Amino acid sequence: MNTIETIINLSYVVAAALFIIGLKLLSHPDTARKGNFVSALGMLLAVLVTLLDQQIISYHYIALGFVIGGAFGAWKARTIQMTAMPEMVSLLNGFGGLASLVLGWATFAGMDLLTLQTESTFVFVTLFITVLVGGVTFSGSVVAWGKLSGKLKSKALVFTGLRELSILHLVAIAVVGYFFVTAPAAPVWFYLAIVLALSLGLWATISIGGADMPVVIALLNSYSGMAAATAGLATGNTILIVTGLLVGASGLILTSIMCKAMNRSLVNVLLSGFAKPVEAGEKIEGEIKVLAAQDAFYVLEAAQSVLVVPGYGMAVAQAQHAVRELQSLMEANGSTVDYAIHAVAGRMPGHMNVLLAEADVPYEQLYEMEDVNPRMENYDVVIVIGANDVVNPAAKEMKGSPIYGMPVIEAYRAKTVFVLKRSADAGFAGVDNPLFFKDNTRMVLGDAKDTINSIIREFAEV
Amino acid sequence: MEIIYLLFIVLLAAYLGFELIRKVPATLHTPLMSGSNAISGITLVGALAAAGGDDNLLTTILGTAAVALASINVVGGYWVTDRMLGMFKKKDKPGVRK
Repeated sequence: MNTIETIINLSYVVAAALFIIGLKLLSHPDTARKGNFVSALGMLLAVLVTLLDQQIISYHYIALGFVIGGAFGAWKARTIQMTAMPEMVSLLNGFGGLASLVLGWATFAGMDLLTLQTESTFVFVTLFITVLVGGVTFSGSVVAWGKLSGKLKSKALVFTGLRELSILHLVAIAVVGYFFVTAPAAPVWFYLAIVLALSLGLWATISIGGADMPVVIALLNSYSGMAAATAGLATGNTILIVTGLLVGASGLILTSIMCKAMNRSLVNVLLSGFAKPVEAGEKIEGEIKVLAAQDAFYVLEAAQSVLVVPGYGMAVAQAQHAVRELQSLMEANGSTVDYAIHAVAGRMPGHMNVLLAEADVPYEQLYEMEDVNPRMENYDVVIVIGANDVVNPAAKEMKGSPIYGMPVIEAYRAKTVFVLKRSADAGFAGVDNPLFFKDNTRMVLGDAKDTINSIIREFAEV
Repeated sequence: MEIIYLLFIVLLAAYLGFELIRKVPATLHTPLMSGSNAISGITLVGALAAAGGDDNLLTTILGTAAVALASINVVGGYWVTDRMLGMFKKKDKPGVRK
């Protein structure tokens, strides 16, 4: 190891430490922003010292790539709406996966015949995994992005032969992997691996419905880190291994939190498209009681404590600012306002929290399901905005329901429940919701934002 | 020996990752994801050598593409995370109310 190499490797150690400190600071809202900055410093350091590498003789192409990528990234980061964060994260997942795939390809293309014949099997195995994981991440993320942004149908696409197609992919990957590792000098196996990986990611994601996207995004997030880590193993670059694994672990933890919140296993989510539709076990009896926004105001005016349960519908209606305004008015009127956020509310982990933060709701007022359920009886009014499955009592009461067993926010135990909804149809998952028929439930039908705005107007007139 | 040493790093880094992320509260899960997107842009470091080395044309082109892709993650990821985290506020800070 010469001096420059030593400097580079020592700097990598410092950079890794900065990433770790950055993640540690991310564990509290007060220090999180600083943590992100520390992590960015680590990245800057790692990139700058790498440029000292003597193997690098020309900086033109590096500058070109950085300017193009950096400009696109900056433009996206500045202009993206907070409600569209799930799309942004899937896009970044996808680019991360593709970057690893292309890096793997570049590494392979840079090997001369001698290297191809003498390099250890370990390198080719890791190279193969890099291409595989990177490819699946990329095409899977593109599908997820399409579903989230409405460019693709969000329903699970299932057709006969899909199962066989997936199995065929796995077999083909095993075969191609074997030939690539044993005879890496023939590039055809490498290109086949790229095609197979891209195709597998496509079919695996297209058969998963929009409501399960939080799990898919978290899992693809993990994959993009894993791809970077295996690229690091293939090129013998330790900083790639360490940071890639930090990301991989992060995505896996989020995936497991999402699965637990839905009381389903990861396998169940990934193969959900194949499940037979469940027959409705019991017919829900009862009548829906509709309430006008003006009447809802009188109830809210008299309420001492109010709980708001937001869901994806709040994001769609862009209602977070109106909700915040209503909160201020109710607080000025002497009531306390809390928010309860289910782990799978919205289309990605923490989606609702970001939207409410955007609308200036202090994070101390955001509670998790476990915090509010024990004191649900104390709430005079629960306002459910654009959420459905996460407050569905069928998860507790109806054995035949597809969501039976899922932990939910038990809104029905509060004194009064307002459900703000476009119509009284079943939710995204197509499951009937007995909450709508409870005696203490009132449906306030219409666009959530319009409804809240008319309640706000009533408050203003007092 | 080299491989064993690399696998040691894998083991320790994975364990450290799990320990660190477990403590991140649900409120911060979205910024955590975009922030880890930025960190996974570390591929940039590997791509630099491919784009700037004296290899064949294909390697240079692919390396440049990898640099561009990873840069999207680094710049876009850190930026959007910072934008989001700037919105998380404490209760009753003066000037917050509209």
